[in-house]
Amino acid sequence: MSHVLPFVFNFPSFSILMTLMGGMVTPFIRNGRVAQKINFGIITVVGVMNAILFGTLIAQGGDGTYTYMMGHFPAPWGNELRAGPLEAFLATCFCLVMALSILGGLKDIYEDVRPKKQYLYFLMMNLLLASLLALIYTNDLFNAYVFIEINTIAACAIVMIKSSGETTVATIRYFIMSCIGSGLFLFATSMLYNITGELLMSSIQEKVIAIYQNGDYAIPLTIIIGMMVCAVAIKSAVWPFHSWLPNAHGSSTSSSSAILSGLVLKGYLILLMKLCYRMYTPQIMSELRINDVIIVFGIAGMIIGSIKALKEHHIKRMIAYSSVAQIGYIFMGIGLGTDIGMMAAFYHMLAHAFTKPMLFLAAGSLVHRAGHKYEIKALKGSARENPLAGIAFTVGSLSMIGIPCFAGFVPKVFFSTAAFQCGDWWRLTIVLIALAVSTVLNALYYLPACVHIWSPKKEEVVHHGHADAHGHDAHGHEEAITEHAPEAMEVHEEHEHPKRPLGISFIASMVIFIASNFALGLAFTPISEILKIGVSLLG
Amino acid sequence: MWDFIMNHYYEIAAVILFGIGFMNLLVQRNLIKKLIGLNIMDTAIYLFLAARGFVFGRIAPVPQDLTNLSAETFINPIPSGLVLTGIVVSVSTTAFGLALALKLYRRYRTLNLDEILVLSKKEREDKKQ
Repeated sequence: MSHVLPFVFNFPSFSILMTLMGGMVTPFIRNGRVAQKINFGIITVVGVMNAILFGTLIAQGGDGTYTYMMGHFPAPWGNELRAGPLEAFLATCFCLVMALSILGGLKDIYEDVRPKKQYLYFLMMNLLLASLLALIYTNDLFNAYVFIEINTIAACAIVMIKSSGETTVATIRYFIMSCIGSGLFLFATSMLYNITGELLMSSIQEKVIAIYQNGDYAIPLTIIIGMMVCAVAIKSAVWPFHSWLPNAHGSSTSSSSAILSGLVLKGYLILLMKLCYRMYTPQIMSELRINDVIIVFGIAGMIIGSIKALKEHHIKRMIAYSSVAQIGYIFMGIGLGTDIGMMAAFYHMLAHAFTKPMLFLAAGSLVHRAGHKYEIKALKGSARENPLAGIAFTVGSLSMIGIPCFAGFVPKVFFSTAAFQCGDWWRLTIVLIALAVSTVLNALYYLPACVHIWSPKKEEVVHHGHADAHGHDAHGHEEAITEHAPEAMEVHEEHEHPKRPLGISFIASMVIFIASNFALGLAFTPISEILKIGVSLLG
Repeated sequence: MWDFIMNHYYEIAAVILFGIGFMNLLVQRNLIKKLIGLNIMDTAIYLFLAARGFVFGRIAPVPQDLTNLSAETFINPIPSGLVLTGIVVSVSTTAFGLALALKLYRRYRTLNLDEILVLSKKEREDKKQ
């Protein structure tokens, strides 16, 4: 150690250790609300620390990336973290999204999770954040494996904690698929260690380049990266491996769905991008034809995920299937194999991370208003009673469709730019066709849902009055004629499903989500500049 | 060919075991058998790592005699470390999986995943009506 690193550079390891410590302290508290406050405090501090780190690295300019040796053990023996502006930016955004997702679904958490187990929920949140941060920052392949497993267990636990038969069955399917993914990743890691003798990604890169140019081990290198891509694809639910996702994301409590869709899937994708750039260089990736496989998986996911969502009547499962399609976009961006494609993939990751949690939380709130009915038809008129959630759902839908001014539009432009730049006519054709088809499909299932939630539910009241409630028969008829049907409905159902008022935390979280959606959609120049710098420093 | 097999029988066994475990995890319908498959898969990887990390005639890097130390007498300790870490991870995932299986058994009185899926679907439809 010739020079002392600035204090700010300790922040990545501090934030990982702090979240882990938070997870260790929480079991002794045994009180959900106190645990929530501690968790929120930790997320805030970690977010601020990463924001400061990001500011410092950007202010440095040029080569704003550094390696941090854990415990000062040098390269072949020690464990390393590597941070650049991109990593710090992503970590800050992840902290923000996680805090907002927990705040927005706080009432649902207290309702869905038994009081005795609430503190465990926040324990899992701490561990989840720790593993996500570690996946963002780590430079060590085996360390990545260990944190993948922590992430898996924490993610399964936050699905399972809403105790119902449905969530437990969803968890076991999620768990089995995740275990297959982990097994593949571990086997690939040990094979790669055998060939290269290194576990640090940057050192592996040198060895891989040397081995590749030598011409030995061409088949093992292909198999290893293939297994790793498969492992990441299983865990982030890319098309052929997505079967577990709709159940797990559709049945859990709204905060869990939001975090699983918005963040957990992204952690693995970031790892995959690091594997592409830092371990196997983009050139080797395209020469081994892995990029072609990734792009085909991505495009198939974009189309098939949307078609499945189109068939779905359960609102949360529809949003979950839409996640499969959006992950397909990110995979397509990685598969394009150019810097701008990778940048677009990162942008889409951010856009999705700020949009999907908002959709899940808004849908959760609307569903609550409609008396815990998940069918899209049953949600008719719910947005009129709960306008904030309705607006958030609409903004999220428009963003996912890709309307200009919203977050989801910008990455689509970058994807097409990247397709034009890669200079390969078949890639250009299929990417443009896939973008067009998938945009239309997105619109086909999001717009009807928006129309449903905003349309007044006149017929519903009549039907309801006739069908079950004898005492309210006349009442229902009377109100059906007047214009104020929604309010009448609310009075009518008051004693069946007591309506809780919107909490201040939900309002704050929705407002910030909507604002950041517009920020991502409008201020795309600075953000894409940051991502471009970050991608160029990733390798 | 014969030489290749004789020189690499540990690795070949590891790959075959990995395949057995993988298929068990995928196609078995009994949850406990699935978890056993998971363990076979993980253990196969440890066998692979341990076999690759071992060199005949060398010993584990725990020196008995501190006077004449040389790197040539010891094997590479990193694969062994990886195996240890992997075992810890595998124990915790197995424990989690068993806890899940127990929870499902208490609810549905069966460990067969197909039956559990049918029962939970029925349960959901009952709730709807």
